[in-house]
Amino acid sequence: MTVLAPPTISRTGQAAPRPPRRRRSWTGWAFVGPFMAVFAFVFVAPIAYALYLSVFRTRLIGGTSFVGLENYQQAFTDPQFWSATWRVTLFLLVQVPIMLFLALLVALAIDSGRLYGKAFFRVAVFMPYAVPAVVATLMWGFMYGSRFGLIGNINDALGVMLPDPLSPDLVLASIGNIVTWEFVGYNMLIFYSALQVVPKSLYEAAELDGASQLQVIRSIKIPAIKGALLIATIFSIIGSFQLFNEPSILQSLAPNAITTYFTPNMYAYSLSFSGQQYNYSATVAIVMGVLTMIVAYAVQLRGTRKDR
Amino acid sequence: MFTNRRAFLRTAALATAAITTAALAACGSDDGGDTTTPVTADQVQAALDKGGSITVWAWEPTLKQVVTSFEAKYPKVKVNLVNAGTGNDQYTALQNAIAAGSGVPDVAQVEYYALPQFALGKSLTDLAAFGAGELDGTFTPGPWSSVKTGGGTFGLPMDSGPMALFYNKEVFDKHQIAVPTTWDEYAAAAKKLHAADPKAYITNDTGDAGFTTSLIWQAGGKPFAVDGTNVKINLADEGSAKFAGTWQKLISDKLLAPVGSWSDGWYKGLGDGSIATLVIGAWMPANLESGVPGAKGKWRVAPMPQWTAGANAAAENGGSSLAIPKAGANNALGYAFLKYATAGEGVKIRVDNGAFPATTAELKSAEFLGKEFPYFGGQKANEVFAKSAADVVPGWSYLPFQVYANSIFNDTVGQAYVTDKPLTDGLKAWQEASAKYGKDQGFTVG
Repeated sequence: MTVLAPPTISRTGQAAPRPPRRRRSWTGWAFVGPFMAVFAFVFVAPIAYALYLSVFRTRLIGGTSFVGLENYQQAFTDPQFWSATWRVTLFLLVQVPIMLFLALLVALAIDSGRLYGKAFFRVAVFMPYAVPAVVATLMWGFMYGSRFGLIGNINDALGVMLPDPLSPDLVLASIGNIVTWEFVGYNMLIFYSALQVVPKSLYEAAELDGASQLQVIRSIKIPAIKGALLIATIFSIIGSFQLFNEPSILQSLAPNAITTYFTPNMYAYSLSFSGQQYNYSATVAIVMGVLTMIVAYAVQLRGTRKDR
Repeated sequence: MFTNRRAFLRTAALATAAITTAALAACGSDDGGDTTTPVTADQVQAALDKGGSITVWAWEPTLKQVVTSFEAKYPKVKVNLVNAGTGNDQYTALQNAIAAGSGVPDVAQVEYYALPQFALGKSLTDLAAFGAGELDGTFTPGPWSSVKTGGGTFGLPMDSGPMALFYNKEVFDKHQIAVPTTWDEYAAAAKKLHAADPKAYITNDTGDAGFTTSLIWQAGGKPFAVDGTNVKINLADEGSAKFAGTWQKLISDKLLAPVGSWSDGWYKGLGDGSIATLVIGAWMPANLESGVPGAKGKWRVAPMPQWTAGANAAAENGGSSLAIPKAGANNALGYAFLKYATAGEGVKIRVDNGAFPATTAELKSAEFLGKEFPYFGGQKANEVFAKSAADVVPGWSYLPFQVYANSIFNDTVGQAYVTDKPLTDGLKAWQEASAKYGKDQGFTVG
């Protein structure tokens, strides 16, 4: 940011020691201006507008009125909202560890250098991430079908009766399976690239000291990629809380198992688009946003504290 | 999981944009007042002569042929027929477009049950301004009274849906099952059929609000009572209880194919005999012909099974009007098409292609009644439908927020299909959730 203080000596013709006294330069703002404008327009304005919406209530009969924090009160005591939040929390607690563990495992395997066809595996595991979530969900939806899908075919061929993956008890696990399939590769790539920058000399030193591969992993590799693990965890937390695409698409296949308030985002969506309750929908979105921020921040604090 | 977040941000942004424009649009219309200026027939004709293009959102299959002939008659007009989804899917899209103020179609198919909600939300043009009042007497009383809601005429009836029993005769003959005339017989037939062929079901049902309300209607139930902004909901009345009693048996014994209507699996099931009957509106033949061409000649039509043996009660199922969203770009041209399709030459084209009209003249014509349907093995199916239309139980009404109520049907009643929760509890939950929404929206709910 040297631009902020251009040399003025030649123009004033005075001796250098005297501190330059001049009006504050706005040049810097000219440089950050475009960013600030875009930032204000696409980031600040929608949030401000959502906040504004959340203190009103529009009804079919009676129009719009100012209600202060009533919408927030309603959200905090809304059983549907909390059941949705609890559902994604459960998802977070089960699916994210499984996914990150698998991703770590694959990253370590590829990094170990003992895998034949390393490049192929790297691409193959990453490939699902390149499939749009919508397509992936449709594809899995067909496989989950117990009448016409893969499950149905297996049932027919083997004469068994597999449990229906789209039943209310299993549908969350089925969605977890889809999300894991989609994002293992992505997280693997984060871990793998972090592993790439570990100095090879450390491995050589470990080998000289007679460390086993497991010891190398435990004492060198995992500590070295702690930052990447933290980032991946935070991304996954945010992703879990914002779960929407997968359940929303599967809903047409399992309308009774996936309710309109299955996840907080689906709840906000149906409030606003089926119920035209834009105000309450904005409130739910804000509460969920704040919750996500709190959880992500807490994890980050904990993660960085351990670093010391 | 970025995709999730992006999608959500996009949705949020869309919603934000939608709300902003809705607010702006609301301000705009305040200036002009709420009265619609009359549009004369000359002005409509002028719009036709000038030409242009309009967008029609509809899923009704025979409109395709109507568009073709309309464009042939008025070569300067281009009609974009878009299938924006069936029923609720389309209403969601329509509400979004109206709220966003862009991408709103000029003409939209709106089922009778959904019309009050759109009219109440001031989203539709009152067609009285186009002189739609002159068409009094053109349509049968039921559909005509359905479009005259909230002090205006917010659509013109396109079809009506008196219900009938569609059954796959081949399946019934193969297993020697008599065509049921009562719901008890229907339940017995369901059992017999599924026992004879474990892959075959009497019908499909995964919880369908329109179907459920129609059956309650036929059973004499009147769960929704609307008087202005006073709404009464009682999904435990006698009619509702009759429905719940019979249907609970079918659900508990797993005699209903767990296949959603209009899904690929549904069409497949209708074609291969694994879904043996449909109790559905008289607009179905056109859908069967286009969606299940392979089963031509196998299906037949019979009167609806009765709740009381020997009775003659029927109900409407679906049935749509064509309406003009206020925010559409070309209202005059839209009306020209709408009138052509619902009261003009379009009616005959649609009837010829298997649609069931809502116009008195067609319903009474000997040609219509005597029409033999090759799809139904030459049966004169319209006689059954016309009889059903005459037998519709009077006095039914939908909620002024039925679209929303139907959207949460699977959250509540739907649970009875996948858990041990009884259907009556589901109906009760539906009633409570609908009442809560009504109250939130400013209705007095008793």
